[in-house]
Formats: sequence, structure tokens, C-alpha cells
Amino acid sequence: MAAATFSSLHHNISISSSPNKPHHSLTSPNLIKFPSSQSINRSSLISKPTLSPIPTRTRAAADDFTAPATAFHGVCYVVGDNIDTDQIIPAEYLTLVPSNPDEYKRLGSFALIGLPMAAYPTRFMSPGEFTSQYSILIGGDNFGCGSSREHAPVALGAAGVKAVVAESYARIFFRNSVSTGEVYPLESEKRLCEECKTGDVITIELGESLLINHTSGKEYKLKPVGDVGPVIEAGGIFAYARKAGMIPSRAV
Amino acid sequence: MASFAISSSFINQEDVGFRCFTPKCCKRISKRIVSVMAPQQSQRTPSTTGSVKTGMTMTEKILARASEKSQLRPGENVWVDVDILMTHDVCGPSSFDVFKKEFGQNAKVWDREKIVIIPDHYIFTKDERANRNVDILRDYCTEQDIKYFYDIKDLGNFKANPDYKGVCHVALAQEGHCRPGEVLLGTDSHTCTAGAFGQFATGIGITDAGFVLGTGKLLLKVPPTLRFVMDGEMPDYLLAKDLILQIIGEISVSGATYKSMEFVGSTVESLSMEERMTLCNMVIEAGGKNGVIPADATTYKYLEDKTSLPYEPLYSDEQARFLSEYRFDISKLEPLVAKPHSPDNRALARECKDVKIDRVYIGSCTGGKTEDFIAAAKVFLASGKKVKVPTFLVPATQKVWIDVYSLPVPGSGGKTCSQIFEEAGCDTPASPNCGACLGGPKDTYARMNEAQVCVSTTNRNFHGRMGHKDGQIYLASPYTAAASALTGYVADPREFLQ
Repeated sequence: MAAATFSSLHHNISISSSPNKPHHSLTSPNLIKFPSSQSINRSSLISKPTLSPIPTRTRAAADDFTAPATAFHGVCYVVGDNIDTDQIIPAEYLTLVPSNPDEYKRLGSFALIGLPMAAYPTRFMSPGEFTSQYSILIGGDNFGCGSSREHAPVALGAAGVKAVVAESYARIFFRNSVSTGEVYPLESEKRLCEECKTGDVITIELGESLLINHTSGKEYKLKPVGDVGPVIEAGGIFAYARKAGMIPSRAV
Repeated sequence: MASFAISSSFINQEDVGFRCFTPKCCKRISKRIVSVMAPQQSQRTPSTTGSVKTGMTMTEKILARASEKSQLRPGENVWVDVDILMTHDVCGPSSFDVFKKEFGQNAKVWDREKIVIIPDHYIFTKDERANRNVDILRDYCTEQDIKYFYDIKDLGNFKANPDYKGVCHVALAQEGHCRPGEVLLGTDSHTCTAGAFGQFATGIGITDAGFVLGTGKLLLKVPPTLRFVMDGEMPDYLLAKDLILQIIGEISVSGATYKSMEFVGSTVESLSMEERMTLCNMVIEAGGKNGVIPADATTYKYLEDKTSLPYEPLYSDEQARFLSEYRFDISKLEPLVAKPHSPDNRALARECKDVKIDRVYIGSCTGGKTEDFIAAAKVFLASGKKVKVPTFLVPATQKVWIDVYSLPVPGSGGKTCSQIFEEAGCDTPASPNCGACLGGPKDTYARMNEAQVCVSTTNRNFHGRMGHKDGQIYLASPYTAAASALTGYVADPREFLQ
């Protein structure tokens, strides 16, 4: 029986103020493979964007949060409309149990492996990688449609995706993202999947609901988080329920 | 077609707290206009004074009762009491892990009789992790003394497992866990199938399920309702699958996102429970949160011998506000398929008759029920010929498998489905489970391991759905699937049924 110990997955994440200065900010024992050639724009692989307390899986103790996330920074990977859960994580990998730390990590290695080769010649993950160089995902309409498999946002989160910016979401994927805190689901006003290209360096300023594409020099308004804001702020459904007094605080 | 362009005159999007809805559902305009739809009708927003109670839809009423509120409007977020929580071998282990982590290693589930554990996804495989997951479920069920655990131990012979059922959504219905007016949540997107019983049923993820395991509640957002009125006599070459393919093709895979889909009308009333389940099953393919069909005599008859628990159905008020209403004259519809690679890629079956196929798959919660197999058998019977391509049959549950081997097919002089299938040269009906609908481990029976063209009675045809990334899947009714097996091409069942 898999015991759920998540402390080993805790990523100490700090805001990277300078995108061109790589600094190692991961404290997890996960093996991170660095690309052999690092261009300046690819430095986000090791300068992980921000920050706790969103991932519920990485909490060491209940309700013990630092300041809420204010920004994400990294290199983006762009996909189109109707990216369904079979593309995000094909069913054959669903034997991996997300609450098992080792299998959680393996799920990350299969993130977006279902994307057809023809349409996506630049792959999201390189073979043998457990985390991707792309930490921001930009999508079109109906992102995450299909199955209710929580393995979908989990695989993305395990692969290092911090935020998804889509034109619209399928509800179960959106809900799972919020409940788990694995990825921060944001909505754009425009079709950013047509404005941005894979490899663009992106900053997302949450407070201003702004997405900045450093590569193109353009800025885009994002939609405010809305109803689920309090759940995301709290760090997921359990934290929110504890804050709201629905369930008791966990004994430490 | 402009009919799905939701005009903002209905209900102000702000009022219902729309989050993720963008009216961009039309990427494809169907060139073939089949005039079966009346333009959508708007509901005037009634004036709201503090004391006037507005009529509620069935979904709103069910959620209101389950959250002990007298009045609910779309967009409100409420804590809802859950009547049944279902999980299976893919999500169950993690759901219990989350439950233990969050509520404590000694925690007990909120109600051992309201949780139904149904292994069904990756069962008949040598994949060790898949087998292990069923063992994990067993351990948890033992520890928590779960009343309903449809266990399987002997993977070599499904019949040797008296508790094992098969596909969860069909098993839930057959075992009497679906009741009008209740709230049923499951860790599977096709949990919406149970809406056929006039209940609120929707799919949730592992973390949410872990939460429900501990509390028996979940925070849900009340969806507005789209109403689909279907009238007219059902032609004898159409099945509920054609109806839902028609609808999804109309409103697109995101046309019902965050919404409830209510199916009413004389045609719906004429459908059997299994056909109603097929209709509600693919609500998720339109992005829908849940689907509902009002409970009636057909529902009560089905439930008679299945559940002894009391239930109280709820119905939409006359003055209920619907986001839009779509009307169909079913008598004018023709057999449909959803072409690769989207469930909304609708086309007439007869227009695809030049598409050569490599295989046919009849199974899953969508198209692997008893009536689905009887329907397929009717086509084979009418033809009298043999199939031209490998035809895989996967009964959804043990009960379905038994029916396939024992029920006489009308008009056959007493032959069973299995006999008809054998005479037609189909594969032997396989062990009941989800099977190749979603690919699965590589040794899954009927998994598509090469790039082939398949006509399937399943629910999704995205890239790689049945295994191979370059496979091409045409979603169809059992009639259409059987007809296609006989011709070796995508075929309109009227070739055999008329």
C-alpha cells in the first residue's frame, strides 16, 4: 500500500528576478536532467518560477503557507484547441498512482506524450526527462477536455508546469487543477495560442492579471480568477475547507 | 448554424457567474442542414424581487435539496451532500491515499454503505501495476469495511468471481445504486450516465473523491441547464447513440461546458433505461457537467427489482429558466458517425460509405449494454452474412455477458446474441470490463496497437484513444457498427434494416 508522503516532493521555489541567470532552486532529490546546450532563453529549466503555497501535495504541515503566488516566469509551450486528457496523459499510464511519490514523478515524464507528432514536432518532454524545460503551457479552447483523470493536471505539475493559460477549460480538468493545486489554471482574453510560440519567455503577473511575452515584447490581459480564487489561494480544496471550518485542522 | 450562438439576452453571463464559457463553439459549420431543429428559444428573465421564488430546473432542485437550500440559482457554489460515491481501479487507490493523508491514518470513511468500489478499467491484463491497484482497493475496502466492493481475484476466469461486475456505470445501474433525485459522484467522466435516472451525477477527480470519502460532501457550482426536446417517433434504424451524436455535433465538444443537459420530449419518454443511459453517457463529450432525464414509469419499473431504498424524484418547474432550448424532430434524423478525431465531428453514416475500415468494436459503458448487443445482433440477423473485418465484442458487465448468451433475439426463432455473433464470424464475446475503449495496457483485448480504422460504439475518438496514436475511430451506434462490420466500410444500417 502506497503511503502518501509528499514532503520529498517539496520544491523550494524562489522568484527568479533575472531570467538569464540560472540558479538551482530545487531541493528535491529528483534527478533533473539539464539540456546539453543552454541558450539564454532556456534558463528557466533550473530557475523555477514561483512559489508555494499552491501545490497541496507539497505541504509539509497543514495550513502552513507562505504568501500566495504573485508571479510565474518561464518558457512556454504552445498547444491548440481541444487538447484532451488522452493527449495530456494517455490511458496506458493510468496504472501509475499519483499519490505514490515515485509514480507521481514518472507520470511527469509522460506529460503531453499523446500529442500527435505531425502537429507537434517539438516535443514537450525529451526522452528520459522527468521535468520539462517548459513551465508555462499556453492553450486554446476547451483545454483538458475528455476524461476526469486527475493524472492529467498531476502529470503536468509533476513535469514542472506551474501555470496553464488557456482560452477556456473543460470543467473537470479545471476543477482538478484547483482542487490539487498542481497547476494554476488561468484564462486569457485573447487566443494566446496564436500569439505566442513554443520557446517564448513568459512572465505572468497574477496581481495585475497580465501575461508578458518577453520574446515578442507584447503584453496580454488575463481574466481574473473568479469564484475559485479563494480555493486556489488557500491551496486546494482541503485547505479551503479547513479555512472555511468545513473540516477540522489536521493534527500536526 | 447560428442556433448554438448563445445570445446574451437570456441570462446575463455575470449573473450566473460564468467562468469558463466562451461562445466559440462553432469551428465547423455543418454544410448539410437537416432541418430538425427549431431556433433556440429565449426565456425572459423574470423580475426578481426578494420574495418571489423563481422556478428551478431539475438539476437546481436536486442540488438545492442536497445542500439544504430552498432556492438555488446557477452560478452559486454550495456544499452538497453526496448519496453515492463511486470509484474504480484507476482512481480508487489514490482517492483513498488522499483520504488517509488528509483525514489521518486512522480515519474512517463517512458512510461505508454509500461508497461503491467497482474495478473495471484494467482488469484482464498481466500489467503488474494494474493488478496491484485492484489489490490496493481490496485492502482499503477491508480496512474500511466497505459494503459494496465488486471484487475480482481470479483474472483468468471472470465467471469465477461472484462479486465482480464490470463497467462501473452499467454496474451502478444494474445493482440499484442509481435513484431519482439523488447526488451521485464518481471518479470517472462518464458518471454522468446515471443522470438517466433523474439524478445529479457527475465525474470528479481523485482529490475531490478523497474529500468526499471523509466528509460525504463536496463544493459544487450550480450549472445552468440546456434543454433538449426530442419529439417524433424513433425510426427503427436509429438508436440513442445517434441522438446524442446529433446533439454533440450541433453544439460542439464545449457547447455544454459547465452546463446541465436536460433531455425531454416524447422520443425520450419512449426510450428504455439503457437507451437513456446512452444518451446521458456522452453528455461529457459536449463538455456537460451532468445530464438529466425526468424519472417516469419506465424508470420505476427498472428500479423495482433493484433497489429497496426510498427515493423522491424531482422535476423541473414549469417556470424554470433554461439557458437555451433545442428542439428536434427525431423522425427526420439519419444514422450518424463521429469522424476522427473528435466526438463533434458529425457526419451522416451514408456519406462515409467509401471509408474502408479495419475493425469494429462493440462495447463500453456507451455501447456495450444488453440492448446494444441485441441491436447489433438484429443487423447481423437481417443480413445473414459474415463480417468482413475483425469484430470485437466486449459486454460491459457479467449480467450483460449472461444476457448475450441467454436472451433470445426478437425475430431470430430463439437464437441468442452469442449464436448470431458466432454465425456472423464475430470474435467471441470477451470478459466484461472497459477494455479497449480507452486503450489501456498493451495486452488489453482488442486494443488498437497499429494505425487502423475502427468503427466503435464507444464514446471518444481523440488521437490515441484506443491505443495507437494514428488510429482512426468512427463513433457510431451498435446498428451502424454492425452494418459496417458486414460491409467492411462505414455503413448506414438501413442497408440491412429496411
